[in-house]
Amino acid sequence: MCLAVPGKIISISEENGLRTAKVSFGGAIKDINIQWLPEAKTGDYILAHVGTGLSIIDEEEAEEAVKTAKEFKDMQDNL
Amino acid sequence: MKFVDEYRNIDAVKKFAEEIKSVVTKEWIIMEICGGQTHSIMKYRLQDFLPEEITLVHGPGCPVCVTPVDIIDKAHHIAKQKDVILASFGDMLRVPGSHTDLLKVKAEGGDVRVVYSPLDAVNIAEKNPNKKVVFFAVGFETTAPANAMSVVEAERRNITNFSILSSHVLVPPAINAILYSPENKIDGFLAAGHVCTVMGYEEYIPLAEKYKTPIVVTGFEPTDILKGILSCVKQLEKGEAFVENEYKRSVRKEGNIPAKQVMFDVFEITDKTWRGIGEIPKSGFRIKEKYKKFDAERLFNLESVSKEELKVCIAGEIMQGLKKPFECPAFEKECSPENPMGSPMVSSEGACSAYYRYRK
Ligand code: SF4
Repeated sequence: MCLAVPGKIISISEENGLRTAKVSFGGAIKDINIQWLPEAKTGDYILAHVGTGLSIIDEEEAEEAVKTAKEFKDMQDNL
Repeated sequence: MKFVDEYRNIDAVKKFAEEIKSVVTKEWIIMEICGGQTHSIMKYRLQDFLPEEITLVHGPGCPVCVTPVDIIDKAHHIAKQKDVILASFGDMLRVPGSHTDLLKVKAEGGDVRVVYSPLDAVNIAEKNPNKKVVFFAVGFETTAPANAMSVVEAERRNITNFSILSSHVLVPPAINAILYSPENKIDGFLAAGHVCTVMGYEEYIPLAEKYKTPIVVTGFEPTDILKGILSCVKQLEKGEAFVENEYKRSVRKEGNIPAKQVMFDVFEITDKTWRGIGEIPKSGFRIKEKYKKFDAERLFNLESVSKEELKVCIAGEIMQGLKKPFECPAFEKECSPENPMGSPMVSSEGACSAYYRYRK
């Protein structure tokens, strides 16, 4: 439950009076409330937790970390 | 170290592992606070990359695991009522209370709904004006702002049939309690990157100084965790103890200020019981008086039901880093994810479940 996952903002709109983004998590799109990330814009990577954006993250580093995790997964699948 | 030799493409991890090996001269016990990190450590078998001088122990940072039994019982009591919809994060459904769990309550006719976000629970309340909608709001500092936001939203949208059953815990007082204990064996901590994304890391500075213990803010991917361990070991070897941020891509010193504002608008700090561990002073949140109409504990007549813990379960010792899951006599025997006897076997962030799934 405490997991927060990185995703990329596809678009930003207002839902129910709240600043909301469509965010892609490796292809799966979810609505994320980005009320607390006033500077977030389309194309940014954010860290989202229980439907809420908590921080904007550095894209390169995020991709690097995800890549390493994928390599580990491939490694374990091959064991 | 066979994985490193076999899989040379994981260069970054290998580099950190080598560096840890080259700096370590003594034995060190390092605790990762967060259950998400415990999960990654077991899943990616990170202990295999570390020299034998380094022992990782697992902290109390699993909200599902530490939510006290009497709150779980109260959730069950509320969910059984006819005019109620209980909305909950999915991983609370199988947590055993004194008598039952939410899945069973649901099977027996209780209207229990899994939500992904606290705001979904507010929307359920708006769509079901004839029902009382109670959101089971548990979590650490990472989740507390979003939980608080549900109350603020219900107020803003004038939704009067919404309330939360709140059980929130805070990391720094738990670190303090662990370090203060005469049984403490922990030399350094990996602080939880997502908690610090919200809170920043200023609160940890006095702890590192007082107990002369390094605290390194750490992320969740394999490289993040090894980087955190490396920084911690470097400090320990040099006899230093300060707070270091190794999760810079997400964590700023001051945290997320608007999120903290909403959280402290709704909640105030209080003493709190942690399941398996006991009461820790000033280690939780309660709902402020001005939002009392959203407080399910005040709205429902909830007598504290019996709260007997199973004697065999050693979750408390595990979450304080004193024992490992395989030291529990029930581990992999009576206790499994299909039939959990204690909360750390329920959530994927619980140490017992992580050991069960990944320790072969
Ligand atoms: S294995 Fe089960 S009974 Fe033992 S400590 Fe873990 S949760 Fe408790």
